[in-house]
Amino acid sequence: MSEPIKELTTKERMAIPRHEMPRQEAMERRKNFFEVALGYSAEQAREEAERCLQCKKPTCIEGCPVEVRIPEFILALRSGDMPGAVQALKSKNNLPAICGRVCPQETQCEINCVLAKKGKPVAIGRLERYVADWELGQGVIPPELPPPTGKKVAVVGAGPAGLTCAADLARMGHQVTIFEALHAPGGVLMYGIPEFRLPKKIVLAEVNYVKSLGVELRLNAVIGKLFTLDELLDELLNEQGYDAVFLGTGAGLPMFMNIPGENYNGVYSANEFLTRVNLMKGYLFPEWDTPVKVGKKVAVVGAGNVAMDAARCALRLGTIRALEEGSELPEVHIVYRRSRAEMPARAEEVENAQEEGVIFDLLTNPVEIYGKDGWVSGMRCIRMELGEPDASGRRQPVPIPGSEFDMDVDTVIMALGTRPNPMVFTASGGLERTKHGTVVADEITGRTTKARVWAGGDIVTGAATVISAMGAGKRAAADIDRFLRGE
Amino acid sequence: MYEILEKEIFSDVTKLIVVSAPDVARKAQAGQFIVIRVVDEGERIPLTIADFDRAQGTLTMVFQEVGKSTMHLGTLRPGDALASLTGPLGRPTEIEHYGTVICVGGGVGIAPVYPIARELRAAGNHVISIIGARTKDLLFWEDKMGTVSDELIVCTDDGSYKRKALVTEPLKELLEQRDNVARVWAIGPAIMMKFCSLTTKPFGVPTIVSLNSIMVDATGMCGACRVEVGGKTKFVCVDGPEFDGHQVDWDLLLARQRIYLPEEKLAKEKFLAEHQTCAR
Repeated sequence: MSEPIKELTTKERMAIPRHEMPRQEAMERRKNFFEVALGYSAEQAREEAERCLQCKKPTCIEGCPVEVRIPEFILALRSGDMPGAVQALKSKNNLPAICGRVCPQETQCEINCVLAKKGKPVAIGRLERYVADWELGQGVIPPELPPPTGKKVAVVGAGPAGLTCAADLARMGHQVTIFEALHAPGGVLMYGIPEFRLPKKIVLAEVNYVKSLGVELRLNAVIGKLFTLDELLDELLNEQGYDAVFLGTGAGLPMFMNIPGENYNGVYSANEFLTRVNLMKGYLFPEWDTPVKVGKKVAVVGAGNVAMDAARCALRLGTIRALEEGSELPEVHIVYRRSRAEMPARAEEVENAQEEGVIFDLLTNPVEIYGKDGWVSGMRCIRMELGEPDASGRRQPVPIPGSEFDMDVDTVIMALGTRPNPMVFTASGGLERTKHGTVVADEITGRTTKARVWAGGDIVTGAATVISAMGAGKRAAADIDRFLRGE
Repeated sequence: MYEILEKEIFSDVTKLIVVSAPDVARKAQAGQFIVIRVVDEGERIPLTIADFDRAQGTLTMVFQEVGKSTMHLGTLRPGDALASLTGPLGRPTEIEHYGTVICVGGGVGIAPVYPIARELRAAGNHVISIIGARTKDLLFWEDKMGTVSDELIVCTDDGSYKRKALVTEPLKELLEQRDNVARVWAIGPAIMMKFCSLTTKPFGVPTIVSLNSIMVDATGMCGACRVEVGGKTKFVCVDGPEFDGHQVDWDLLLARQRIYLPEEKLAKEKFLAEHQTCAR
């Protein structure tokens, strides 16, 4: 669009069709780990931005866990004021290039867009990504910080909740140290979500922004082992003596089905499989040292986003190997005990997986894994049907007697959900937890039952989304700030 | 960070490093381990802590070069630094006053047995140690083990030094001669720990082994290290590394240790090809 844009009428705006996201073609992308969604061009972004009606009461903001000033950044974008768009976006969201890629906008901001009532909503997520990527391309300029308050906060876990909480606290003038157990920051953004959905250089660029606010990042520091929670709070014991602690250690403990054969070689937790592929860059073996093995017939058990990620990684690894060897393409199955309607994964991720060739075996539940010479050689499953709704409101899957059958598989990946890792709770007296192992915390403020300790993200809710964890980190930061100022 | 301060070469394949890690040393206890990466592209590999000095802020590890990562580690010299070091991980050894105890160290397993023997002796136990290796060159720390043991038996598989025997032979004799052995620790290759456990079982003496399974994060997140103990699945990294040797499913452990053999071979050959011209 080289011509200066005339102010459009509402009718004209509504006549602009929603711009699809340019993506790598399905058969092509299953041969590589490059990003699937390629991002809008400047022209596509401008045109999509023109669709926004600039509602007086923007309902889209209500759907956003971190309350991004959506109409404002979109207006700046279409006016050609990119720094203004960045400023509006980042005043609420410290990690926009990440959110623009992995947020479920279809159930948050976009579902609330007035255009969604009659047609397709403004592609808010894609515009967010466009603005954030523009800024990363330009070089990020950290905002001016207020004078230091002299207060020290420890944030445990450098995932979405911890990074958000730390960034907000730093912008309020507090001194923040993040303790991260792994050798790289980002938590699930690094070890869980694959490169083709969220490039790791994007994650590291946004982490660098958080560091540029003065946040100290201590990697390889396992709280519960290296320091306990009580030690972080106790200035008598060491030089740490933090005024407040935020726990954002997520839900990292894998679950298995407890069926026979789960310890055969070739059975992975999704956590192990994805960590090998993403954090340890197993797809680059032997240039990188950590290997990952996938067979010719892979079953991924579960149907959440993690299951889709695992299936799509397995498909890529298998396809790349088959092309190198000149052998048959791999088969990757999603095995799920309920039906399509109950699948917890984002619709977009299910579609991506299906386009790439992942096979869906629904209303199917594994009952036993067979082995030969220590390796997986097959999986016995049973067909299911949906009965009465259970506690989650979803119709309960019930086995159909006598419907057992055998699947010919050589690799099984268990993607059944995760629980909080109890390691962080060593020497943390007074911190109340639920029977599910999650931390009891105030929904709004994130305050736990232990003085000076806040928590947010998956450690409180159990496995959820990146953006809900960020929202919790943000609300906790606001409350920690009130506490530190003695309000 | 994580600078190598000292290095000792025990044999062609067995080496000792002393690494600066003050925070980890402050918390380290006998029986625990660390996870290191040699380089940024490296694997996360677990190494058992062989010694620690809280005042100096150092950790000592002894390792055997078996694959790419340990060979690469073996090329580092004092002044070099590790890419990362995480710990202390795992549960510490349960040190109590048991009475008479036997500590068996096989090969590179002598190193992790040392701090355990030391702490057991400090807790008032009568410590009998058995250390052994395939051949004389692979033995080390006879002197150090002597200083923390009330009795020390040294053997080699091939008879090239001291008694010609597998460690299970003196272990069995001791159990036959003395009826007061309260507990046995056996650390070394999985196969040696398996046979030590089989040796002590008829005598009903509780036997603690330290398992060395494949790990990735080593904080309970991935489950790569899972083993079966008493019919239940356990994670070595958080539930162990020490377990009751009589309850361990050794065949499963041995099978799971072999998952990546072809990949390990490939990585090793690639590394050797790239480092052929480098002085070791």
